[in-house]
Amino acid sequence: MDLALLSALNRHRAAREAVALVTDLASAAARLVTPEGLAGDPAAEALAEAFRTGKSMKSMAGDRETFIDVHVPPVRLIVIGAVHISQALAEMARLVELDCTLIDPREAFATPERFPNVRLIAEWPDVALPPLKPDRYTAFVALTHDPKIDDPALTVALRAGCFYIGALGSRKTHAKRLERLAAAGFSERDLARIHAPIGLDIGAVSPAEIAVSILAEIIGTQRQRRRS
Amino acid sequence: MSEPVAGGLATETEILATAEAWRKAGRGVALATVTETWGSAPRPVGSHLVIDGEGNFLGSVSGGCVEGAVVTEAIDVIASGVPKRLEFGVADETAWRVGLSCGGRIAVHVVPVN
Repeated sequence: MDLALLSALNRHRAAREAVALVTDLASAAARLVTPEGLAGDPAAEALAEAFRTGKSMKSMAGDRETFIDVHVPPVRLIVIGAVHISQALAEMARLVELDCTLIDPREAFATPERFPNVRLIAEWPDVALPPLKPDRYTAFVALTHDPKIDDPALTVALRAGCFYIGALGSRKTHAKRLERLAAAGFSERDLARIHAPIGLDIGAVSPAEIAVSILAEIIGTQRQRRRS
Repeated sequence: MSEPVAGGLATETEILATAEAWRKAGRGVALATVTETWGSAPRPVGSHLVIDGEGNFLGSVSGGCVEGAVVTEAIDVIASGVPKRLEFGVADETAWRVGLSCGGRIAVHVVPVN
């Protein structure tokens, strides 16, 4: 494998672009293919499946044994609220390769001392979120409990089609939230996409346990999508 | 991008960036990739391990069961420049001194980075 090919692969990954490294297993000849460059490729069908599922696989291209090493953009996590749960969540997110960004306009909360090694934005979500370009490879979590902060953020996340949207709050809090978002024009189907109460029901009590339940729900949503 | 943490879990991004950085620093480098798994396998197809000519490595192809053997083979691959296809598992216990205790089988493709 050429160093130039490896560098190009890393550049695609850094730019959040899907790419596949296709290797002929007998000769070790390798090339990069992007979803845009599928047409006419001898392994086009298998490549399309690999891009859809995000799963690498062996495949036959004619009589050649080929390995498709697929790289889809790493899942991002955007967290609204630099709260206690977020401290645990940000730390755990790194271990499961979620690229985490934290947003909280309250500067007393969003400090590098409380959140070392995390991308922190001390801005209102309606200012901070759009430039991040949330997409279908993004998980979104709102944790402030404060409608002034959470609601505008949820609005952006719902419109962006984030694959996971979770919001902290009791059933009662969430019912009120749904009323406000419905009044803002969201359909019942849109609103059903919000996971609330947030996280898998494992009886989590401490902030770190709640972070585990949120992370487990995100992973479950991500993997189920790929299984289907 | 965050730096690999000593003794910590390396992410896919760190493994591939490390392969590039090591090669650019003039080290001999091989990249090992899990190309097939049968039965219960500890790491999925597409998992990577990067190895340099002195046996330093980052990543994982089996969660620790066969890394030692892959590193040894990778040093050969770096020296010879010739890729290798390795197989580990219960069925190969006579051929290999190491195996997968989980009972699965994996194929690993090791290529030099030139």
